[in-house]
Amino acid sequence: MSSASDFLREYLTVLILGGVGAALVGLLLGASHLLRPARRQPGKSLTYESGVDPVGTGWTQSQIRYYVFALLFVMFDVEAVFIFPWATRLEAYGGFGLVEMGIFVFILLLGLVYAWRKGVLKWV
Amino acid sequence: MFAIDPLLESVDGSAVLIVLLKVVVAFAALMIAVMAMVWFERKVVARMQNRLGPNVAGPFGILQTLADGVKLFFKEDLLPREADRPVFRLAPYLSLVPAFLVFVVVPLGGDFSNDRHGVVSWFGKETLVQVADPHIGILFVLAMSSMAVYGVMLAGWSSGSKYPLLGSVRAAAQMISYEAALGLSLLAVLLNSGSLSTNEIVSGQSGWNWNLWATGVVPFIVFFIAATAELNRPPFDLVEAEQELVGGFHTEYSSLRFALFFLAEFMNTITMSAVIVTLFLGGPNGPSFGPGWLQAILPTVWFLAKLLVFLFVFVWLRGTLPRLRYDQLMDLGWKLLIPLALGWFLLLAAFKIGQDEGWNRAVVGVVGTVVILLGALLISMAVGTARARRAAVEVEA
Repeated sequence: MSSASDFLREYLTVLILGGVGAALVGLLLGASHLLRPARRQPGKSLTYESGVDPVGTGWTQSQIRYYVFALLFVMFDVEAVFIFPWATRLEAYGGFGLVEMGIFVFILLLGLVYAWRKGVLKWV
Repeated sequence: MFAIDPLLESVDGSAVLIVLLKVVVAFAALMIAVMAMVWFERKVVARMQNRLGPNVAGPFGILQTLADGVKLFFKEDLLPREADRPVFRLAPYLSLVPAFLVFVVVPLGGDFSNDRHGVVSWFGKETLVQVADPHIGILFVLAMSSMAVYGVMLAGWSSGSKYPLLGSVRAAAQMISYEAALGLSLLAVLLNSGSLSTNEIVSGQSGWNWNLWATGVVPFIVFFIAATAELNRPPFDLVEAEQELVGGFHTEYSSLRFALFFLAEFMNTITMSAVIVTLFLGGPNGPSFGPGWLQAILPTVWFLAKLLVFLFVFVWLRGTLPRLRYDQLMDLGWKLLIPLALGWFLLLAAFKIGQDEGWNRAVVGVVGTVVILLGALLISMAVGTARARRAAVEVEA
């Protein structure tokens, strides 16, 4: 038995369920499309803005702040890539691994502290 | 140990049939559970607010969800003129399908005591009471909950409207922030189990050795808070904040497409509760007694009982706590949960390595605590001086 097919078989059931899920959503939407009324009027396709006619366009820019959090998240996600394998094979590296990981986490925390000091995490 | 579903080891007709049966049963069970959950939430919240809640459709209003579903099914579907149509249509799929998929890796039953790893025999074939058991089970859960961000983000963005856009950028920032805390608090569980497979994690918790106390409660609390935020449930429901964003990312959705988002949200609540039970409360582990047929279904009963507790707590939180402000939300995630989860994880790792290498527990405890307190002090000093300097600059200007 080749290892590649083993790996794929693990996900076979996952794939089946995903397929069933997507197919069901499609089926529901399709059936609903056939059954529901469709009386188009220009007023109905207006963007909702609490009952008044929309002012300007909905395609606007949003604040840069949100983007900074995405950057910070990447930092912690990369961290997870290194910590997850270590956490499952802890005994393999012993005390040396602990010190190494301590230093690694410290360096990563420096990034968070830097952002914190710069006031990026503050929301005003 | 079964890396893959033992049924698939040799592919023959009846084995494939059982796998398909499991998929269908899991799917149907999840759909029914979602319907029941919607009713349960409405009923419990109603009682907490001194109302009756749904009580017309069926006994105790239990068919209310079905009635609402049928109603939404027959409603006209509106597409806003400014919307990005393909993405607008795609978003409900992206929201719902990952919600299904998380459920795949949750062990729903089976005897985990005495190293039996939850293997049951159905129709003369050995199998697991979970749809699939990939090696990386828990990473799969994290991956799918990240996928949910896409559904919400794209739904809001593609609407071409102001409220949904605000809701979706908030959602993206909130969900990825708490995803970091979610992953870091999960590490403590991995230390104990030494595996990412959900089956192994549950096996490691047999005999009341639940991760809840084996990891010292803190990771559980962090995980629970992060999970609530990840689900966009109150008190972290800024994404849909009815009073300010009129529904947030799904404002422009109507008819069945709205129903699908609604469904996905409740499905996520159920699967996340199931994941918490699996990780921290031993999954289907529990006392076993009685005749053979009772012993066979007891694990599933324990699992459902634990699940129900969490579902109730989620509803209880909604009925009790007011919504957080956005800055409070971000402060809680980045300044409290993440450093706490990281520090606790390192402390646990030190204890565990100390155990392996025969170090003195007391010394490890004292040194670890001192190092972490020192770290916390350094961080607060660094932040404090920066804040003072900024304040001074503002005064001069």
